[in-house]
This record gives sequence, structure tokens and C-alpha cells, in this order.
Amino acid sequence: MTQPSPIEPLEIESKSSAPTAVFVFVGVILLAFLGFLYMGLQRSQQGPVKVGDPMPPIVLTTFDGDPIDTSAEKGKVVLVNFWASWCKPCESEAAALQEAWEYYQPGGQVLFIGVDYVDTEPEALESLEKYSITYPNGPDLGTKISQMFRITGVPETFIIDRDGNLAYIQIGPFGSTDQIKSLIDPLLQ
Amino acid sequence: MTVELGFGVLVLTLIVTLYGVVAAIIGVSRKDQRWIDSARYASLLIFPLLTLVVIAILYLIVTGHYEVAYVYSVSSNATPLYLKLTALWGGQAGSLIFWSWLMSAFTSAVMLRKWNRDREFLPWVIVVTLVTLVFFLVMSIFFENPFNRFWATPMGDRIEAMFPPAGSDLLLPADGRGLNPLLRHPGMIIHPPMLYLGFVSFVIPFAFAIAALITGRTDDRWIRITRRWTLVAWLFLTIGLVLGMRWAYDVLGWGGYWGWDPVEIAALMPWLTGTALLHSVMIQEKRGMFKQWNMLLVILTYDLVIYGTFLTRSGVLSSVHAFAQSAIGPLFFAFISLTLIVSIWLLLLRWKSLRSEGQLQSLLSRETLFLVNNLLFLGLFIECFWGVNFPLLSELVTGQKVTFGPAWYIRATGPLWGGLLLLMGIAPLSAWQISTYKTLGKAFWKPFIFSLLAVAAALALKVREAGALIGFWLVALAFAVTLYEYWRGIRARHNSTGENWLKSIWHLTGKNRRRYGGYIIHLGVILMAIGVIGIEAFQTQTQGALTPGQSLELGDYSVKYQSLAEWDTRDGKNITRAVMEVSKNGRVLQEVYPRRDYYYDSQQPMTIPGLRSTMVDDIYVILVDWEPISSRQATFKVFHNPLVNWLWVGTIVLILGSIIAVWPSTEREPAK
Amino acid sequence: MAKKAFVFVLLAVTFFANLQTAAVFAQEKTPVTDDDVNEVARQLYCPVCENISLDVCPTQACEQWRSLIREKLEAGWTTEQINSYFATQYGDRVLAEPPKKGINWLVYILPPAMIIAGAVLLARTITRLRAPKKNIASVSRTADTSGDKYLTRVEEELKKRKG
Repeated sequence: MTQPSPIEPLEIESKSSAPTAVFVFVGVILLAFLGFLYMGLQRSQQGPVKVGDPMPPIVLTTFDGDPIDTSAEKGKVVLVNFWASWCKPCESEAAALQEAWEYYQPGGQVLFIGVDYVDTEPEALESLEKYSITYPNGPDLGTKISQMFRITGVPETFIIDRDGNLAYIQIGPFGSTDQIKSLIDPLLQ
Repeated sequence: MTVELGFGVLVLTLIVTLYGVVAAIIGVSRKDQRWIDSARYASLLIFPLLTLVVIAILYLIVTGHYEVAYVYSVSSNATPLYLKLTALWGGQAGSLIFWSWLMSAFTSAVMLRKWNRDREFLPWVIVVTLVTLVFFLVMSIFFENPFNRFWATPMGDRIEAMFPPAGSDLLLPADGRGLNPLLRHPGMIIHPPMLYLGFVSFVIPFAFAIAALITGRTDDRWIRITRRWTLVAWLFLTIGLVLGMRWAYDVLGWGGYWGWDPVEIAALMPWLTGTALLHSVMIQEKRGMFKQWNMLLVILTYDLVIYGTFLTRSGVLSSVHAFAQSAIGPLFFAFISLTLIVSIWLLLLRWKSLRSEGQLQSLLSRETLFLVNNLLFLGLFIECFWGVNFPLLSELVTGQKVTFGPAWYIRATGPLWGGLLLLMGIAPLSAWQISTYKTLGKAFWKPFIFSLLAVAAALALKVREAGALIGFWLVALAFAVTLYEYWRGIRARHNSTGENWLKSIWHLTGKNRRRYGGYIIHLGVILMAIGVIGIEAFQTQTQGALTPGQSLELGDYSVKYQSLAEWDTRDGKNITRAVMEVSKNGRVLQEVYPRRDYYYDSQQPMTIPGLRSTMVDDIYVILVDWEPISSRQATFKVFHNPLVNWLWVGTIVLILGSIIAVWPSTEREPAK
Repeated sequence: MAKKAFVFVLLAVTFFANLQTAAVFAQEKTPVTDDDVNEVARQLYCPVCENISLDVCPTQACEQWRSLIREKLEAGWTTEQINSYFATQYGDRVLAEPPKKGINWLVYILPPAMIIAGAVLLARTITRLRAPKKNIASVSRTADTSGDKYLTRVEEELKKRKG
């Protein structure tokens, strides 16, 4: 707030607007704030990832300590399943996912990755054991992967085609092994 | 039928509102009073029109038209009538209509006032209030339509739309989902209307301020017209905030009333700038100073009202993983940009004509102290604004969201609140224009000694925390000064008029409502501060698993687990309720009943504490968890919340003070 | 009778066995109460809910996190260790305060800086407006509302009484 210099007389002058410097200063602050708001809004409005979008590589360390990097697995169909041990619906699809994995694993053309979303390790391992899950599973450290995929909840599964583009999003649990197969098989041809 | 009718009237309202804006502008540019009168009539028409819309929605809710998506989401067959009526503001679409309706009521009230002396303000007040209304109506009609219905498409999808998509049939659900159980609490029923009333009444001072800027009539006329509006807005906002706190205390079950949640802070921010404004307008009225500042505060308060609504409704603030697309976000952004840019630009154009007329003559004069008060309120606002907005910034820059917990806010804002209490203990003793250390010191020493005695008493009661001691000292000082000021006035009146004491109090307050109403508000705030200090400094808690007969010990208190029962109620919920016996130093005081209600319709649990509340302390028991009845073990959490009741008592005093200050005075302001 | 004796022996054996394991545990684990867990949980936020601290969050996920805290405490971890473990696992947003690094320093610096700037501006405004200038003093309106007139009367009254 700049106050008029005290020596000036108090008569109202013809020109009553603020000095240019004040205009510029206030304008910059205002625009910075609005710009920031705009970007924040854009981010919150960007919505889920879309089918056909190229997906970034997934880097994670499994519970067993093995590093996984999908950029080294080019040409494979990748299924990324987000789950958590506290998530009831996740349990209903666990068997179907494992069965599908056992079906595809020998071919070596499909990679399954389980991403354990904000979970506690003992319970996660317990539930992996309970459903005898054998495909690689690891924690989503700092929720980085789930943010990349902009998931809306768990379970959520993303199927990525051989070219690294998103082919399918499953929100909620899979119904059956056949459903998974019917989604992956066309991508292998 | 009702749906089409309601929607039709809603659209008509928008047309009338738009017409009002256009007519007012034509009236000004052609200097034609007939157009302005026409705009005024249009503004008066909006309230009855929106009332029809509100009645239509209420009719749909009460008669159970669950094909309407909004009705489905907030009501059900089992919902009692009073909750059906309040379901009007139980969801997004309805509360936006409710907002507009209240806004139109206030607009009508302003339009009905005598405009003789302020003719030139009228068209611009119409423009500002109606443009605000247009924004909310557009949002209701195009984005959050309360009349949207469910349709089944030939493909078997369920669609929400106003008009049937081609080939689709109306879906008629037999029952609704019911109101969110958390909202089925008396505090939550009155809380939103109070907040909205506060929000919409801040639009009126803003409208007059903008009118003053546009017309160039920048003397303090706009402030004199709107000061009562500002106080009313502030009162409603305060009540709204406190009701929200009470609701959190009663229903959310975390032992406190204020969690520094962004949603809470969004409502607190306009309160902070509004309170600053209430104080600083007095400088302009008495001394003709800091007009630019007042304008800035009005603009800030108005836009914070809009911004707060935007933050809480557009999904910008929601957690990283809720990428819900909300269509109203961009609209809000456009409106905030428009109002901020236009009003700040107008302010800068009139900058020099808003210069101070007076000058500061003394460092201890009341105007200086009011400026410090404004600095502190603005400081609080900056901390809150930063705390709410930084997570957004951090997410943009680093991709990581961050959280600001109570500890950060308490550290950041604590000293500022303390400073305000200190000012409350000094400013009432200082005089306008000239105040010296000597005059101030003379008035100050008695209350000061009283406050030291209070600290000594606290020390004697084994209070050792520095923060709490400083807090109590400040509270005692402000309390003593306020009462002392009041007492000086009463004594002077008693001595000069010879009235009896009670009459003196009555007349003194009546003759100078604003001043003494203000002091009563201060007393209320001081009492509230006692409650806040009590819970912040002395809250203790413990948790443990008990079998019947075992107790949890907390300080002098012992809470014994007696029994646990579980049953279904007729209105569709399951209640698990424990019986606990509270005793202090071995003496049984009373039973409390912590519960966990589970609502079958919304699959939502609700934790209701068992509460023993006195003016000294609250014992607040939560049922955390329980094993199946066979093992009979249950986990409880017990909070000891000292002095928290003073918060609610203080609020009542504050409301009384506000009513006294707002009450129309028989002595009219002197004509110029 | 023999059966009863057998049951008793079995009980005694299990009892002592339990005692033994309890003793073994006591060497490795420090006893952790619910209050200890809550003390730590209060400083952490639920990673899946919005702005709910971990000690009061009723969901099953939060229960798991509380028992995780308990395990870590039993293993002798400090609060800081647990906090940083949670931050790496679930992101910075579970911390009750942004960690003091990088851009987060703005959180701790900017608001106080703005308040200090405001104070300086205020002080300058006050000194400037206090500059002696008698010609303008005459323009300044004196307090003229009925309220202040009344107050002056009150003050006069007070002086009279004292004098």
C-alpha cells in the first residue's frame, strides 16, 4: 500500500489512478495467482488415462527384492494390477489373475505385475501367500506408480499392448479368468 | 410435471436476472431512470421465482420422486420429514439453489431500502449482485441441475439428464439412497444455512464498494450503508463456523472440534478478512483514513467466499487419487478471475481519490492499534491461505502432495492469535487520534494487576506450560480491560444521571450499541479463548482394551466398562452401544454411552462419543472397536478435554453482543 | 480322575511354555501400549482417506497401519524412523508436516516473511502519516459521531469525579 506523499495537497486531481508501478506489481501478483490456480485446476481436471495413450515404463522392486523395469521387456503385453490387502474386492479376483498368469507364463509373451497400493507388508505377503500368487508383486513406494496411472481406487487393472500403449482399463475386480484371457488374447495376435 | 415446471422457472429466473443486469447498464449509460427502475423490479422478482424453484424441489423430495437424481441421492422413504426438508441443502445441486435463493432474498432486502440519497449506487449494486446470481444460476442450470432425472437408454445404460435422451425411458427407483448419515445431526442441519447466510451477506458490502468505485463516490457513504450488513454477515459466518465445530465434536469422534482441515479453513479465511474489515472500517468512519485498504479487504472477503466454495466443491483439493472430473471447476475459475481482475482494476483506477484524509497523531492512538489488528488478521489469513494452497503448488512442482496438520497451524498462527488477544486488552483503553503512554498507563494498571493475579492463580493450580500461562494472562487482561471499560461507562452514567445501576447498564448499551455490543462480542471471544486454550494445552487421552468391570484411568478420572449391547433400529441402522461409568477420585459421577452406529443404506459407520460435560472439563469416551459378544472385550478411547465448554458459552455471548451491535438504533446517523 | 490330572498337567505345561515364550519375547520386545501407538499415529495421516490422522481413522486399512506402527515400536524403532518409513512407503502426504527440503522451505519462510514485510510497510505508513503537517491536520475530520461525543462526556465525567 503506497500512501501519497504528505507534501502533496489534498485536492482531487484529474488523474486519480494508481502509479504505473503499483499497477504492474498488483497485476503480476494477480496473474501469478490465477495462473497457479489454472494449472492446479487443469491437473485436477485431466481425468483418467485413456485407452491408446502411450504408458511410461514401470519401475519397481518386488517383495522378494528383484528389480523390475518394463522398459527392458519391450514387445510384451503387460498387465498391471493395483491391489491392497485391505481391499475386499481384490480378493475376489486374485485366483482368476493367478490362473491367467499360469496360462500365459510359459509363452513368455505376457508379463503380469502386481502393484501393492499403500499397504502394510506383512498383510500383503500374507494375502499373496493365501492366493499363492506367483507373478511379481511389489509395493508402490510413495504412490508414484499409482499416480502415474492416475488410479481412482483398488482394484484397478491396466493392460498395455506390445507397443506400450494402453489397451484396456478394468475398474473394479475381474469376473473370471476367461474375461482376462479374452482381453489379452487379441493383443497377442 | 413438477420437474419441468421447476426447471422452467429456474431458466426463467436466469433470463430475468440477465435482463436486470442489462437494464441497469442501459439505464446508466442512457441516464434513464425508467430502465433502472425496471432493473430494480427485475431484481425484486428473482426472490419469488426462486422460492417457486425451492418449493418444487422440496415437493419432489417430500413426495419421494426418486427418478430425480438429486432426490435419490439425499432422501429415502425412511427419512423423517424434517430431514427431507433440510435435504434441500444436503447435496451439491440443492445447496447451490439454496445459495441462490438466500442471495436473492438479500438482494430483495437491499432493493427495498430507501435509495433517495444513494441513487447513483443503485444500478451498480444491481449489476454486482445480479452478476453473482447469474453465475450461480448458470452453474445450477448447466452443470449441477437439481432436476436431472434418471433415464434408461436402449443400450441399458443409466443416464442422468434433464431431458430424455433419444429412445430412453424414465427410471423410477422405489427408494432413495438417503441423506449422508454424518449430515443427520442438528448442528449439521443449521450449519450450512448459517455459513451460506454469512457468505451471501458479504456480497452486499462488496456490491456497494464496487458501486462506490465505479461512481467515484468514494467517501465513507458505502461503508455507512453496509456496516450493518457486514456485521450480520460476520455473525452468520461465526455461527456457521462454531456449529461446524460443535458438529465435529459430537459426530466425528476424534475428541476435538477443529482439525485444520482445508474445508474448515476455506470457511475461516473470509471470516479472518471480514473481521479485519469490521475493525478497519471504523478508522475510515471516524478519521477518514485507509480507504484503499478497506476496499481491498471487501474485495478480498468477497472473492474468498467464492474461492472457498470453489476449493471445497470443484475437487481441486481432494486427495491425489480422486481424479473426479468436476465441470464446475472451470466456471468457478472464470468467475474468480473476472471478479478479481475487474474489482482490483477499479480500485487501482480510483487509487488516489481513496487517499487518507486524516493523519496519525499518536503511536498509541486507537487507529494505530486497529492497523496492528489488521496486520495480525491478515497474517492469519496468509498462513491459512498458504497452508491450503501449498499442497496444490507442491503437487504441481514435485508431483508430491503434502499435508499440513494441526501442529503446523498451531505453531504458525498461535502467536498471531495471542497478539490479537493482547490488542483486545489494550485497544479499548486507547483513544482516537491522541493517546499517550501516560493516559493509557493510567487506565491500564488496574486490569494489568488483575491479569497478574490470574496468572498467579493458574500457577497455584499447578499450571506450568508456558503457552497456557501466556494464554491465560492475555485472556485475563483482555477480560479485565473489557469489563473495566464497561464499568467506567456505567459508573459515569450512573453518577451523571443518578439512574440505578441496572438502568445505567441498559441505557449505556442502548445509547451506544455498536461500542458496547462490540465489547460484549469481545467478552464472548475471550470466553471462547478459554475453551481453546483448555483443549490445546491440557487435552489428555488414553486408549485400552477392556473386559466388563475393567477401567481406564486418566488423571483423576476412571472410566469403567459395564456392558455392551447391539441392536437394529427401525430406521435402518445398527447400533452398538457401551455403558461406561465415569468416576472421579473413586466417586461415581455418571454413566456415559459411547456408540457406533452403522447405516445399512449408505454402509457408513458413525462414531458417537459418550460425553460428560461440565464447565470444568469434558470426559469424552469413544468406542473404538469390539470383539464379538462372546469374548466381551472392547477397546475404548477416553479424552479429557478441560474447559472446552467455555467455547460454546462464549459463542452465545458473542451472538448476544452481535445482536446488540446490529440492532437498529433509534438515533439516526446525522444527516450531512 | 486320571483324565483330570492329565488336563491339569497339560495346562501346566502350556502355562509354563507360554511363560517361557513370554520371557523370550520380553527380551526382544518392549511392551507397547495403545497410547504409545496413538502417540505416533497422531503425527501421521491416513494415506487413503482425506485429512484424517491415523490415530482416529476407523477403516480397516488404518487398523493395519496402526498394528504396523505397533510392530515397529516393538522392534525398537524410534518415532522418526517410523515417520520416514511411512514417508518412503506412502509418500510425503502421510506426514503431518511437509519435510523441510526443497520447495517445502517456502512453507516455513514465506508466510513469516510476508508478515514481517507487512509490519515494515505498516511502520513506514505510520511514520509517514505522522509527519508533522499542520495544514493538513485542519482537513482531517475530528471524530464526530454521537458515540465519541458520548465517550468524551463520559471521560469528562470521570475527571470531574476524580478531581
